[in-house]
Amino acid sequence: MSAVKAKSNTQTSDDPAPSTPLIEFSKEQDLSAYQTMLTIRRFEEKAGQMYGMGLIGGFCHLYIGQEAVVVGMQMALKEGDQVITGYRDHGHMIACGLDPKGVMAELTGRAHGLSKGKGGSMHMFSKEKGFYGGHGIVGAQVPLGTGLAFANRYRGNDNVTLAYFGDGAANQGQVYESFNMAELWKLPVVYVIENNRYAMGTSSTRSSAETNLSRRGLSFKIPGEQVDGMDVRAVKAAADKAVAWCRAGKGPYILEMLTYRYRGHSMSDPAKYRTREEVDKVRTSHDPIDMVRQRVLDKKFAKEEDLKKIDASVRDLVNEAAEFATHDPEPDVSELFTDIYR
Amino acid sequence: MPTNILMPALSPTMEKGNLAKWLKKEGDAIKSGDIIAEIETDKATMEVEASDEGTLGKILVAEGTQDVAVNTPIAVILNDGENASSIKAEQPAASQKAAESAPPAAAKAEVPAPKADKTPAPQAPVVEAANDPDIPEGTEMVTMTMREALRDAMAEEMRRDGDVFVMGEEVAEYQGAYKVTQGLLQEFGDKRVIDTPITEHGFAGLGTGAALAGLKPIVEFMTFNFAMQAIDQIINSAAKTLYMSGGQMGCSIVFRGPNGAASRVAAQHSQDYASWYSNIPGLRVISPSTAADAKGLLKAAIRDPNPVIFLENEMLYGHSGQVPKLDDFVLPIGKAKIARAGKDVTIISWSNGMNYALKAADELAKDGIEAEVIDLRTLKPMDTDTIIASVKKTGRAVTVEEGWAQSGVGAEIAMRIMEHAFDYLDAPVARITGKEVPMPYAANLEKLALPSVAEVVEAAKSVCYR
Repeated sequence: MSAVKAKSNTQTSDDPAPSTPLIEFSKEQDLSAYQTMLTIRRFEEKAGQMYGMGLIGGFCHLYIGQEAVVVGMQMALKEGDQVITGYRDHGHMIACGLDPKGVMAELTGRAHGLSKGKGGSMHMFSKEKGFYGGHGIVGAQVPLGTGLAFANRYRGNDNVTLAYFGDGAANQGQVYESFNMAELWKLPVVYVIENNRYAMGTSSTRSSAETNLSRRGLSFKIPGEQVDGMDVRAVKAAADKAVAWCRAGKGPYILEMLTYRYRGHSMSDPAKYRTREEVDKVRTSHDPIDMVRQRVLDKKFAKEEDLKKIDASVRDLVNEAAEFATHDPEPDVSELFTDIYR
Repeated sequence: MPTNILMPALSPTMEKGNLAKWLKKEGDAIKSGDIIAEIETDKATMEVEASDEGTLGKILVAEGTQDVAVNTPIAVILNDGENASSIKAEQPAASQKAAESAPPAAAKAEVPAPKADKTPAPQAPVVEAANDPDIPEGTEMVTMTMREALRDAMAEEMRRDGDVFVMGEEVAEYQGAYKVTQGLLQEFGDKRVIDTPITEHGFAGLGTGAALAGLKPIVEFMTFNFAMQAIDQIINSAAKTLYMSGGQMGCSIVFRGPNGAASRVAAQHSQDYASWYSNIPGLRVISPSTAADAKGLLKAAIRDPNPVIFLENEMLYGHSGQVPKLDDFVLPIGKAKIARAGKDVTIISWSNGMNYALKAADELAKDGIEAEVIDLRTLKPMDTDTIIASVKKTGRAVTVEEGWAQSGVGAEIAMRIMEHAFDYLDAPVARITGKEVPMPYAANLEKLALPSVAEVVEAAKSVCYR
């Protein structure tokens, strides 16, 4: 298995988009990315712990390891753009600026969760923040996201939709139905394939005839490129290019983010389909947060004690969210029959 | 304060597990993400990661301990500046026995799990539909086909609201596979009348996404048989998102097209989906039988803020009826109509089933039986009141549908009659349905597979003991 390092090559033969060179971050960008990625990581670790305590039920899919993808992508967006994803969605919500308290309280199924406790880990939404869920059926968010982009084009605005899905969903038929319509109608949607190498327990080499997923738009004439999804700078650079392509009315764009999830597919996954060495190798050599941290120190953007302050504030934020989500009441029973129709 | 590491639940159903192995020992430094132990559940051996940082101060549950209850403290982590003496003496050393007797106090205190709720479930709200609007005296009635009435409904709503658009296979340049969208492209252009590729799953999802963003799509299926490819998006995305989002994000969308049997198109093009969709909370299901109802209800469906399944019937497209010439003729969703008044037996149907029902009523009248025929028009929400009021009067009921019997709409109607009018019944409710076979192609077999007027007449007579 190759390392996570990307080749960053572009795939359409007749309309090649040159591979996107990485652009160094400013101090503010590095520190902001560090803080958001760390918030997601600490949030997810806390969610894992609370799941273990029985406070979170059902399915719970953690984003640990993939933080650079959503944080880098979000840096390319403007007000009015939309985001939609599958069920591994906690990181996307935090990156979209949603209050961790509301997210965590939804995980615990409480009254002040983002969906009043009626959606859970996999189903959260915020019209205000342009976050359209949170979808539990693998691949279903892809036509939905294409529809959000359709609405942008119908209204004649320049908003762009990010439709995230994984290497597993990349084999769903509806993804290709969407690709076809998106290119046919030049819809402003960036398909962000988070390739974390495993569709639950099946590695992409065992499930995909073509494992270079950036090529999956080729027969629809959609340009695509592979990106090192562990390096937030690479993600941001590719995102800028893809979003600009969509905003200019040139149609959809595919970004394959080469990334890795450290935890199992869900909380109840023992992850026996890969070795501990494989996980440790990514963790120790290519961790998205450690890399930013080291860079910040090397470039003297911040001192060790400054970062410790950030670490402490992130822990406080997450602990407050956990505290809130533990003590918030369950939804009132009268909520059983609300929100079915409007 | 030292932090307890608790025995984690590693699946939605896990209550206890075995502590198979410690990978860290007392005194080891621990950081977030380190694997500290292995736990055997009934399904697998799982690794436990630390989510706190510090030093492993004390192991409370020894390697090899069986059946350790979830949330039992299994170890203590010391933070910076703490040492083993910080660990309280009364820290319970969990054992199998302790775990079985009661959850340790520490775990209890830290995990205020929601109380077991004894509150009874609230009653589902009862929604009353409005009556049909009064048609002013002297209103001109226009004769038109159901096909034209459906087209006019869409055109009027598209003129009224720029967010309404229609998409589907052959709806634009071809003017509709069944010519229901005839003329719409010419009036509204290709931005609002959109030919899709043959890709039901994809465009049903795309339409739903556009509706989540606030547009009001009318998605035409060339037939609802093809919508089986799209049913995941209709149910999981369109019908459930409002609830899953706590009321934040709904979608106003109409899925429409012909449903059920046409003529000699065999098993894969002849299925009736009325019972499938009317099973789903979050959907409205409408299935009219006349041109006027088709127009008034399609306009209502397009304006409704919820996802609506609008089941048409190919056999009815060419049927003509009288439609009131009004600027804005909109009918209430959820209201049945008495299509023929009577006192001896209630016949309940909708869509093409009304053909059998009304013809049977004519036959019955010849034998002196006055049947009251109810056209449900909307299947969900079902107008139970109108059915019950009629059954209380007649004491007898027959349901008629082209769909299959098991879990069919007729079964639901019969149940509602039992729930609300059991004491008024003079005979068991009878149902006439399609036969439980895939639709055959041969003309004679197809005829046998569908309900017939004779079957309805016979059923009505039998519940009248005639």
